[in-house]
Amino acid sequence: MSTINHTQDELIDEFGLFEDWADKYEYLIDLGKKLLPMSESFKTEENVIKGCQSKVWLHAEKQGDLVVFQADSEAIIVKGMISMLIRVLSNHTPEEIMKADLYFIDQIGMSQHLAQTRSNGLVAMVKQMKNYALAFNALS
Amino acid sequence: MAEKLDLNLIRKDFPILDQQVNGSPLVYFDNAATTQKPHVVIDALHRYYTQDNANIHRGLHTLAERATTGYELTRTKLKDFLHAPSTDQIIFTSGTTAGINLVAQTYGRANFRAGDVILVSNLEHHSNIVPWQMIAEETGAAVQVIPVDELGVLDMVAYQSLLTDRVKLVAVNHVSNAIGTINPIKQMIDMAHRVGAKILIDGAQSVAHFDIDVQDLGMDFFVFSAHKLFGPTGVGVLYGKRELLESMPPYQGGGEMIKEVSFSGTTYNELPYKFEAGTPNIADVYAFGFALDYLASLPQNAVWEQEKALLDYATEQLSQIDGLRIVGQAPEKIAVVSFVIEGVHPQDIGVLLDKFGVAIRTGHHCAQPLMARYDLVGTCRASFAFYNTKEEIDLFVKALKRCLMMLS
Repeated sequence: MSTINHTQDELIDEFGLFEDWADKYEYLIDLGKKLLPMSESFKTEENVIKGCQSKVWLHAEKQGDLVVFQADSEAIIVKGMISMLIRVLSNHTPEEIMKADLYFIDQIGMSQHLAQTRSNGLVAMVKQMKNYALAFNALS
Repeated sequence: MAEKLDLNLIRKDFPILDQQVNGSPLVYFDNAATTQKPHVVIDALHRYYTQDNANIHRGLHTLAERATTGYELTRTKLKDFLHAPSTDQIIFTSGTTAGINLVAQTYGRANFRAGDVILVSNLEHHSNIVPWQMIAEETGAAVQVIPVDELGVLDMVAYQSLLTDRVKLVAVNHVSNAIGTINPIKQMIDMAHRVGAKILIDGAQSVAHFDIDVQDLGMDFFVFSAHKLFGPTGVGVLYGKRELLESMPPYQGGGEMIKEVSFSGTTYNELPYKFEAGTPNIADVYAFGFALDYLASLPQNAVWEQEKALLDYATEQLSQIDGLRIVGQAPEKIAVVSFVIEGVHPQDIGVLLDKFGVAIRTGHHCAQPLMARYDLVGTCRASFAFYNTKEEIDLFVKALKRCLMMLS
């Protein structure tokens, strides 16, 4: 099992292949399209994180020692961001998730999507992923 | 022969327009959110703080005199701009929202009773809904809604039937911020007055586009913001009929709004100062006066022609894009095009257009009840000002097509 930082470094390498922003965004959009579909049964009002412009749904469950996330959004670029966050944080222990420093977002030049705090719900989603880890940690 | 705007010269008056954003020339199509400022306004702000800054109305020294004169001069310019009967009826606020809240919290609190009705329209911005809901909750009045049709036009038959003698106040915008509809306010004002209701017109989106004559139109209250009229942020204007403003209790207490203060009782200052507690936004009010001068120096007909040409050209160009639907197709519209594209979330378009240097607005435009009416999560909105060009529309449409290819 790859570590959180190892996955982040992989993403930084992948984005490093693109010279201009359009290629990066096409890749991000592609990641969004390939995001594993979230079970409709998890798209509940309880799991929704409301941004000013688009919604994000986030579901977390414990499988053995690991936390597994599923998420979705109405907007494709947000889905691309979600896809990366899940690749980095899902299937790790609560402790690893709680301690994770998500440096890849800045390094691949996508920090603007986490700066627009009101518009897309991503900041709240990252916070919520950590909250789930905290809660699972407290339970175990 | 009609005068035309020299756009090369005009664009030089707005220094912010000449820049690259994300490697492309800026195309600024978010004028309904805020307009850019001409040099004269920016220079006035700089001059005020380098030469004239002082607190107003109280000081006896030269700077206080200069600052007071500059501040009050803008009030006089606004009286002329609105064709108001006196400067006393021009009250400075921090913006449109503040003006509406002032009327709700003073006129509303003093006059609304249980069973009364406040009429708003389905086209309103949240700032012309929520203040009325808040005062309705306190007073027991009810907020009722004038419906809007598929094209974005208010239903005047429904308005007529909603206008009962229980209606105390009608609050509608002159122009819809989200879809650009121009409402028939003259008719709406007359209809409200026929049943004895007062009427507030939210002019936030109209002042930059029309000549407003408050005496001819006859509304009881008119509110707008300087920053949507090429002036600074943080300044708004409330115009009201004298007898109403005089009868209304003060809003906020403090300095400036008092005549005499003692612990046994306080008397209030006269209009307009009764509603201007505390040190106002002197610098921005002063600079706003220069925005009014700038506008007055432009040939008004040529400004309208330019905006109309932009609206027509953008509508025509956008209509050719597959799957694009223009939301709001009222026959009377200002230069705003709100649209949705099948299968694409507006937010994705907004994010990608920004990468091409194009600034538009996406989302619900603080008009969630209107979005709900059309069953939309939001729209993309391009809003134009006279300094925009057809070439910019070409850049925008080209960028939009690239975005759609990236998203497909």
